[in-house]
Amino acid sequence: MKDSHSKLKAEQLRTYRQMVWYHFRKRPLALAGLWTSILLFLVAVSAPLLANDRPIFFSTQDQWYWPVFSGIDQVGKYEWREMKRDAPFVFDRGGEGRDYIAVWPPVPYSPTEYNLLESLASPSSKHWFGTDDSGRDVLSRMIHGARVSLSVGFVAVGIALVIGVCLGAMAGYFGGWVDVFISRLIEIMLTIPTFFLIIAIMAFLPPSIYNIMVVIGLTGWTGAARFVRAEFLKLRQLDFIMALRALGASNSRIIFLHMLPNAMAPVLVSAVFGVAGAILVESSLSFLGFGVPPPTPSWGDILSQSRDYIEFAWWLTVFPGLAIFVSITAYNLVGEGLRDAMDPRLFE
Amino acid sequence: MPKSQGGELIVLCGVRKHYPITRGLVRREVGRIRAVDGVDLTIRKGETLGLVGESGCGKSTLGRVILRLEEPTEGEIYFDGHGMLSLSDREMHLLRRRMQIIFQDPYSSLNPRQAIGRTITEGLVIHGIGTRSERAERLSYLMEVVGLRPEHAGRYPHEFSGGQRQRVCIARALALNPDFVICDEPLSALDVSIQAQVLNLLQDLQDRFSLTYLFISHDLSVVRHISDRVAVMYLGNIVELAPKRELFDNPLHPYTRTLLQAVPQPDPTLDRKRRHLPDASPDPQRDERSCSFRPRCPQAAPECRNEPPPLVEHAPRHWVRCHRAGRTG
Repeated sequence: MKDSHSKLKAEQLRTYRQMVWYHFRKRPLALAGLWTSILLFLVAVSAPLLANDRPIFFSTQDQWYWPVFSGIDQVGKYEWREMKRDAPFVFDRGGEGRDYIAVWPPVPYSPTEYNLLESLASPSSKHWFGTDDSGRDVLSRMIHGARVSLSVGFVAVGIALVIGVCLGAMAGYFGGWVDVFISRLIEIMLTIPTFFLIIAIMAFLPPSIYNIMVVIGLTGWTGAARFVRAEFLKLRQLDFIMALRALGASNSRIIFLHMLPNAMAPVLVSAVFGVAGAILVESSLSFLGFGVPPPTPSWGDILSQSRDYIEFAWWLTVFPGLAIFVSITAYNLVGEGLRDAMDPRLFE
Repeated sequence: MPKSQGGELIVLCGVRKHYPITRGLVRREVGRIRAVDGVDLTIRKGETLGLVGESGCGKSTLGRVILRLEEPTEGEIYFDGHGMLSLSDREMHLLRRRMQIIFQDPYSSLNPRQAIGRTITEGLVIHGIGTRSERAERLSYLMEVVGLRPEHAGRYPHEFSGGQRQRVCIARALALNPDFVICDEPLSALDVSIQAQVLNLLQDLQDRFSLTYLFISHDLSVVRHISDRVAVMYLGNIVELAPKRELFDNPLHPYTRTLLQAVPQPDPTLDRKRRHLPDASPDPQRDERSCSFRPRCPQAAPECRNEPPPLVEHAPRHWVRCHRAGRTG
């Protein structure tokens, strides 16, 4: 069945994971998407170190301080608020009469720090992406907004996956009335326009990032459920499941140890697309004013502010819009690359 | 343990497996597929019972019903004296150690994401047998027994050929030291050259571990090679059951005769009387009152329409389900 060439390849590519990675790596766009999403992830994780209104490191009179981590507002006579700051302003050796060393984040503004004197400033060397109507630094808000967007994306998809995988597995494995019930439930969910449902629910709930995550997760599980159900229906027929039952394996052992690992490929792909979708939903919600409560920064929130100043403050529209576009494109590229790389027809 | 021919290991009494055909939202039953329709059969300790029949006649379903991988619709199955259908889950779980199955397709019968070593020892893990090192020891023993190299335990199924995968399946079936193994067409997916190897392996293992086989196949020459007794199945029923030699020398059921005539002969000069059956494809939803083989039977008589024939012992240990058994047609 296999020629010697693919046998050789099979020798090198031992596990399924290695094979997927081998095929994924051959796609430049998918790789670019992967690197972009890793970069976004790193930005989100290290947001307080990248954009903050206090130094990462401060030293005076042989004393060391880590203001970003300890949260102190001043050391002796030095108050961060009163220190002169310009981006990029990383390393500050003080000056005449000042005996300190400070290491500032590349963007020395916190996302909530306002300065009305500088409101709606266009991009400059001081504020790379300009400021909004309260004089808050847009770049700082975007860096911290990445945290909100990505965590909403991942947590919402995580919730959706848990629900979808469990329901889909039950429907596909047990069949019969369980399947009928869950399938009808999925169909009912599919008939409801999800976004309007989310808006309706958010109108009743207090605005909070956790509510957004949960609501997006609770409404977004149908895709995963359908994929898992279809895979389970296919797998259930295979002899190795029969063999496990003959060995006396319990249902949960068969479902979780044997069927799920074989059913995860399409679920993973849909999950990656789901992250992109959830980011978009969160941005849309924030844009419409149902999103995270102010002053929490979020990409959609910056966009929503830009509506009033769109004639001249182009930076309020372009930069957060680009951020949403780039991150969603990146996740979609990763998803497409994964989908193609996991296609078993390519392994032959 | 010597190869005993005495005790009965498996006894089937009127086993039926019907699949309902449902239609509509409320799943109204509009018909039934009678895959297995009233099978009485005994399998003795240490013997190999060959089960032959065309595809769709229910032989694989019967195998699965015997292992309770599918619940029978009706009937009773005894394993070594235990009525299997009345066992508690716990007792059934323990009984599973004593019976195993080897499937036809060695590609779909192994988990592609699991190294074969873990596949083989899965049963030991499920039943909590042995410590980790004892299981590893048993693994290399089993792999050697079935002719695999123990150092390949960490490999994945796609790295093996069909014959090797079938050996993995055999090792998995043997891991729990079963008494009874159902071989569900274990050779038909393999190359002819590999078939002989696996067949010999199965025979060696039977002697070594005093196994009882139910050998399901549509290949009469294979069945002739390995079986002690042969049962012929047609549309969910056993139509003929006899010791191997008796069945091949003196087939009484018209269906068995046709099957035997269809076996390819290696000698083309040999004169063959070859009979073709009328092309009425077997219908599992057929009329219940008549003999199931009647639409295709070359010697059908009026009584075949009105009354299903019973399974009758025509010669010692030679059972036939035909009103006109033994009469030439």
